[in-house]
Amino acid sequence: MLQRVYDWVDERLDITPMWRDIADHEVPEHVNPAHHFSAFVYCFGGLTFFITVIQILSGMFLTMYYVPDIVNAHESVKYLQGDVAFGTIVRGMHHWGASLVIVMIFLHTLRVFFTGAYKKPRELNWVVGVLIFFVMLGLGFTGYLLPWDMKAYFATVVGLQIAESVPLVGTLTKTLLAGDPEIIGAQTLTRFFAIHVFFLPGALLGLLAAHFIMIRKQGISGPL
Amino acid sequence: MSDEQNHNVSRRQFLTYTLTGVGGFMAAGIILPMARFAIDPVLQAETEGDMKAVTDVSELTENPQRFDFSYEQVDAWVTSEVTETAFIYRSGEEIVALSNTCTHLGCKVSWGSSSDHPNQFYCPCHGGRYEKDGTNIEGTPPTEPLHRYVVEVREGTVYVGKAEPQV
Repeated sequence: MLQRVYDWVDERLDITPMWRDIADHEVPEHVNPAHHFSAFVYCFGGLTFFITVIQILSGMFLTMYYVPDIVNAHESVKYLQGDVAFGTIVRGMHHWGASLVIVMIFLHTLRVFFTGAYKKPRELNWVVGVLIFFVMLGLGFTGYLLPWDMKAYFATVVGLQIAESVPLVGTLTKTLLAGDPEIIGAQTLTRFFAIHVFFLPGALLGLLAAHFIMIRKQGISGPL
Repeated sequence: MSDEQNHNVSRRQFLTYTLTGVGGFMAAGIILPMARFAIDPVLQAETEGDMKAVTDVSELTENPQRFDFSYEQVDAWVTSEVTETAFIYRSGEEIVALSNTCTHLGCKVSWGSSSDHPNQFYCPCHGGRYEKDGTNIEGTPPTEPLHRYVVEVREGTVYVGKAEPQV
């Protein structure tokens, strides 16, 4: 059945070469854990992406109940976690995944660093990777405020004070992030929400695309 | 693909099956909680329209009278007080409670407010009219009778439930 649907589409659109291009490529022996178990270190990039997909999915579902507004934010989080079926699990996925993605991206960075995979001709991909890391940190920072509880609020107070301590542009940066030079409140929450669900994920998807296109173009770096 | 007669599972097929199986299991583990989370409103047990106390039975007459009643409405994390209006009268042994929402476009009707038709429900928006029992009058805009509340009398107090269509 599935095969026939595929054949029907393939006959008209010739999709086989397309997905071959994406999925069908050689995995060298030195990165295949079936050959050398220690090659599992090459999995961290893929795991980072896997968790990122979970983050995007669980985040999409959370916005079905979440309200980015100082009156309702905390109540809506409480409701979706306490009263909606599987709310604890879906929020838990997003909560723990957020930490795990940072762990995975860090391990991936260590592997790239210690195998020297960042060297010529792959310097650009290292740069893009570092940008992805910053975007991830940004997602963590903005997402932390959204539950609008005490921990979220005061963590953001501290975070914004750090931003403010930057010479020359500090105050400007803080106002830009918080939406107000003094208050961390209504405007801060909506801003952080917009940054968290639209701007940074948009940037992330673009950077990930660049990251993957480059690795397909250049291939996986050689063995040590 | 292996030929039709050969029922031995090839190494490639075995891997395809096991990997698809494991992959499918993992994907299901991720997707199912989210799907259940998303469709929760559909599966919420319908709050079997609580009956709300409106008035004493002794207050009722043969003529429809306006009664306002309020109740708490719980909408996820928001609880608010909602006020509804019913026209209630006695019809022999029976107690009839009609909704005041016009079935034409949802304006509010009232009893006998048109001096030309003192014994009908009248809607000021487009002149819709209804008989005392809620039946819409031919030639006026409404296309169905006024909705009728489920009524219950407990210890001399009139309770109403949900307003339901009469047809």
